[in-house]
Amino acid sequence: MATEALTSDVPVPDELRSNVFVTSLDKVYNWGRRNSVWPMVFGLACCAIEMICTAASRYDLARFGMEVFRATPRQSDLMIVSGTVTKKMVPTIVRLYNQMPEPRYVLSMGACASGGGPFKEGYHVVDGIDKFVPVDVYVPGCPPTPQALINGLIALQEKIDQQSILTAPWYRKDTPSELVPIPALGPDLVDLRQLDIIRRHAGTVQEHTITELAQKTD
Amino acid sequence: MSDEALSEEAMQNEVVEVRVHTDPVEEAVERLTERFPEVVEDPRPDFGGYMVPANQIRDVAAYVRDELGFDYLSSVTGLDLIDEGKMEVVYHTYSIDKGGSALVLKVHVDREEPTVPSLTPMWPGADFQEREIWDLYGINFEGHPDQRRILLWDGFEGHPMRKDWHEPFYEEEHKPFGSRWPGGEVFRAEERNPYGKNVQYPAGWQPESLEFNPDTEVYAGMTVTREATPGLKTEKVTVNMGPQHPSTHGVFRMVVTLDGETVLKLEPVMGYLHRNHEQIGERNTFIQNIPFTDRLDYLSSMGNNHGYVLAVEQLLGSKVPERAEWIRILMVELNRISNHAWALGFLLNDMGAFQTPALYMITERELIVDFFEATAGSRMMCNYMRFGGVAYDLPTEFRGQPTMEFLDELIYEQIPRFIEEMDVYLTNNEIVRARGIGVGTLSAEEAIAYSTAGPVLRASGVPYDVRRAEPYSYYDELDFDIAVFYNGDVYDRYLVRIEEMRQSVRILKQILPHLRSTMGAPIVEGKPQYAIRVPRGGDAYGRVENPKGELGFYITAKTRSSNPERYHVRAPSFINLTALGKMCRGHKVADIVTILGSIDIVLGEVDR
Ligand code: SF4
Repeated sequence: MATEALTSDVPVPDELRSNVFVTSLDKVYNWGRRNSVWPMVFGLACCAIEMICTAASRYDLARFGMEVFRATPRQSDLMIVSGTVTKKMVPTIVRLYNQMPEPRYVLSMGACASGGGPFKEGYHVVDGIDKFVPVDVYVPGCPPTPQALINGLIALQEKIDQQSILTAPWYRKDTPSELVPIPALGPDLVDLRQLDIIRRHAGTVQEHTITELAQKTD
Repeated sequence: MSDEALSEEAMQNEVVEVRVHTDPVEEAVERLTERFPEVVEDPRPDFGGYMVPANQIRDVAAYVRDELGFDYLSSVTGLDLIDEGKMEVVYHTYSIDKGGSALVLKVHVDREEPTVPSLTPMWPGADFQEREIWDLYGINFEGHPDQRRILLWDGFEGHPMRKDWHEPFYEEEHKPFGSRWPGGEVFRAEERNPYGKNVQYPAGWQPESLEFNPDTEVYAGMTVTREATPGLKTEKVTVNMGPQHPSTHGVFRMVVTLDGETVLKLEPVMGYLHRNHEQIGERNTFIQNIPFTDRLDYLSSMGNNHGYVLAVEQLLGSKVPERAEWIRILMVELNRISNHAWALGFLLNDMGAFQTPALYMITERELIVDFFEATAGSRMMCNYMRFGGVAYDLPTEFRGQPTMEFLDELIYEQIPRFIEEMDVYLTNNEIVRARGIGVGTLSAEEAIAYSTAGPVLRASGVPYDVRRAEPYSYYDELDFDIAVFYNGDVYDRYLVRIEEMRQSVRILKQILPHLRSTMGAPIVEGKPQYAIRVPRGGDAYGRVENPKGELGFYITAKTRSSNPERYHVRAPSFINLTALGKMCRGHKVADIVTILGSIDIVLGEVDR
């Protein structure tokens, strides 16, 4: 943090002279936030094991003030989506995301969370959590090594540094915190934001779409 | 020759004869076919096992279990034989006493409205497996006490493992897909889906707003009743734990009915990590499946690789070079230690020793994981074994030290020291004993009936270990004991794991000289191959003793095909959970997490 000694005409007692610093509010605010990002205890699959290893003594997330894993979304700032997101799980993830207070961040850890990963073609796998909740940082890998995850967390810190208390949406009255509608489980996963498209396409069987399209492009 | 010498020779002969391994299956089959003349050998070439008419399966199973001593129903597999218009259910039964290979029973039923009598009433271990088959294949198990979907949700359209059901991103039956290879075209599947997502809806389906109350799904089980225990004013409450919960070891959910603090009924709910392992496995070529097996039980990827390559090697008829076998055992046993270290750390976590023991265990695990990284290239997803060998030889140097020197140090000093340290601090710890002894007990009979495997089975006093019961690799040449304890509670499961780590060290010490003497020898049979075709079709079942229990792969293939027709995983974590409800009944809420921790589940394997 860049600091300057106080120089002004205001009489300052001697004992305070070397203890008072002036900086911008943004810097203090972000300095505090970036060094105390509390992730949510939220392991989905294999990537969660590497997340735990990152938090353990060898890689020591405490260096970044991030070792305080909270079991409840209400106390956490960061959701690390660590693993394969399945259709049965995604309503829960969206609900957890909605329950997190602003400012909240989402880090998508690993190939699965970012885009479906090795299991993308499966019938029960969501091809990327960003189809449902906004993602701040993507960390590639299968699983990402602890170093990669730490790199992602540093990227998140850099993102936090860029934010300003003046423009941050979570303090503004005109931009209410956005809630993602919780997807529903019908005959398949239903994204409630897509109801119109689903209605429009009703009556067609979709399962051959890809093959047919693939043949067309051949 | 004198009489004495003669009798001595006879005695020696006798000894030799006793050591000759008589296959218990042969004898059992003789009696079985005599008793049930309708039971015949599978007529298809290269398929093993015995066909049982569907209406006789209960009687046959009862006979097999009670009279023939094949009392352990290890695995139940469903198959869709679409070409023949049939559905098949395969049962692998083992004899706990005699060991040896499986007595395989097969039932064929019509593909339209397939119905098979359920074996759950006599073998509770079949419960979840039959539900899974119902879920994925739609085979109806008559007499199943609670036949509901298990991995997917109620209301899901279709039974996805049927060969004529296609997933939204379906391209072709088998890889490599013509759209990608050899043209090398790359596209994102979602660009070709009208919803931009991995979804599809049945023809004519219109979303009704009423269907969409997701809360009903998650909290369906929550009820409060005022039904008081006679004479005592208590309330029965149904509580939901998971799928997001710090001590469910992943996305696992339990619905618990409580009377005060006491558990009346516990029901596991799973499928939150159902990644369609088996279906993807049937699309993949044989070799493409190896990295997928890593992701089953992601804490012991080496063991998973081993089970899978053993199964496929049966079809291929490969011979594994000596060095490769020793390296496999080295990796698998190191993996066992790292897995148990992790399991015990988190068991202690669940007991309330929050984090500290787990941190120590993770530190020790890192040593082994680093070695895996140096050898296989990845810390967790090793993708290391190949059909007929392993992918790479051991590195010559590791952490600035010759590898063998490092292994000596690891196996003779670091690991034993860490095991002893843990033993000293934890085994007689007041809290570990108070939370573990007498909690979550499972008797030997129950453990067998519930088809539990691995440490859960052995903690209940059943000395069954695949490495001894049906030795694979070089395990029959190695000297080690099966860790058995007799109380079947959380504490004994803890002790079994400690003892197993010691035995693993013992095994590792024995293989070090072999690794030295085979230095530089080939590690794979022939040249490494990528486009593997099986010379014979048929079925194969490969099983290994994984840290979590018996891991089995059931594979069927057509002759000269490069893809499995059916690829089924007998996942120990999944089947061990069948007994969870039984273990928790009557205990307090806080004990649920310790009991679950003592089973040591990994969700990747539970849901697959
Ligand atoms: S990205 Fe890889 S390691 Fe991570 S959850 Fe997916 S399969 Fe597992």
